[in-house]
Amino acid sequence: MADKPLTVAVLSGKGGTGKTLVSVNLAAAAGDAVYLDCDVEEPNGHLFFKPEAAEEETVAVKIPQIDAALCTACRKCVEFCAFHALAFTGNHPMLFDEVCHSCGGCALLCPAKAIWETDKDVGTVSSGVSGGVNVFTGKLNIGEASGIAVIKRLLSKIPKSGNRPVFIDCPPGSACAVMESIQDADFCVLVAEPTIFGAHNLAMVYELVSLFHKPFGAVLNKCQTGENPSEAFCAEHRIPILGRIPFDAELGALNSDGRIAARESERYHALFGSLLEQIGKEARHETASDFKR
Amino acid sequence: MKITIPMNEQTLESGVCPSFGRAPYFLLYDTDTSESQWIVNSAAENAGGAGIAAAQLLADSGADALITPRCGENAEKVLSGAKIKVYRAMDGTAKENLEALAAGKLSPLSEFHAGFHGHGG
Repeated sequence: MADKPLTVAVLSGKGGTGKTLVSVNLAAAAGDAVYLDCDVEEPNGHLFFKPEAAEEETVAVKIPQIDAALCTACRKCVEFCAFHALAFTGNHPMLFDEVCHSCGGCALLCPAKAIWETDKDVGTVSSGVSGGVNVFTGKLNIGEASGIAVIKRLLSKIPKSGNRPVFIDCPPGSACAVMESIQDADFCVLVAEPTIFGAHNLAMVYELVSLFHKPFGAVLNKCQTGENPSEAFCAEHRIPILGRIPFDAELGALNSDGRIAARESERYHALFGSLLEQIGKEARHETASDFKR
Repeated sequence: MKITIPMNEQTLESGVCPSFGRAPYFLLYDTDTSESQWIVNSAAENAGGAGIAAAQLLADSGADALITPRCGENAEKVLSGAKIKVYRAMDGTAKENLEALAAGKLSPLSEFHAGFHGHGG
């Protein structure tokens, strides 16, 4: 583990559960860390980190460009496209670029060389520094259907060596964009709310990380006295509980002010510090036991 | 004139399928010969782009008009490219819809919904 950074993905079955709270505060508690905001449809980690010396790069995908005058109407491109991004009407192909997955097959196949690939901008990745934390933020352009290209670019920013931990703030849910976000993770943190709905959403991400054979544990957020259906779910499925975050006015006030609790409150610095330690222990344990659960 | 309708079952006496791209069958009715043909919608099981692929199927079938309760904006582009007129289906069987179109009682479909692109499905 010494020469490869520990990469931790933070996910949840729905939005508003506390993914950003947990991943931002873990990175802040670690002090010297890397934070990636993969929630590219609505990235908000930067609102807390307020990174300095921010630089922005454009993310583009390849889409086909078609010269109808060169087209011989053989339809090879239309028949090849597994995603049905091409249709054939009026004697030449018609492109639906938001359906295109940038495989480049149509351009390769076209015997008349009527198709070639061009860049289409879909979003940006910005990078900056906040304290000891390198902050990377992915932003999908409004109206774009898929954030995968932006997430791939973000993941390419993970250092290949060193011992600074990496925290990935995932998109909500358990669909393609989340699968993309967790694929390089050594460990997954599932953030769950103490409601029946929260337990249902926990079940969704539990299923996902199990499918990917990722080691994982749960963080119970917004804890109050009384029943916690998410805690019951963890007990039933033997999911290790890494930590509990209380439903607390001080934390709420700091957070809604865009401040990072682990940096501003001793109590929360301690809470996220011990959560970080717990994750490190679990991750090392899982590595030692060859990721088998 | 050839008229096509998305269908759940292969009979003129059954209702119109509420989905366009994911309908199991399309009726292709020839008003000149009164013959019915049934097209199996190979696009119905597609993960994405079902509307585009279904519209392609109809474009290739030589249909002149489509009667459907709803239709996506991508499919609409393919249909208009193939010069297929789209009419809004009314409640009732395929037969009743064909009769209503012949009597000039169906209006063109004017609203085309945005695609789901893996988000809604």
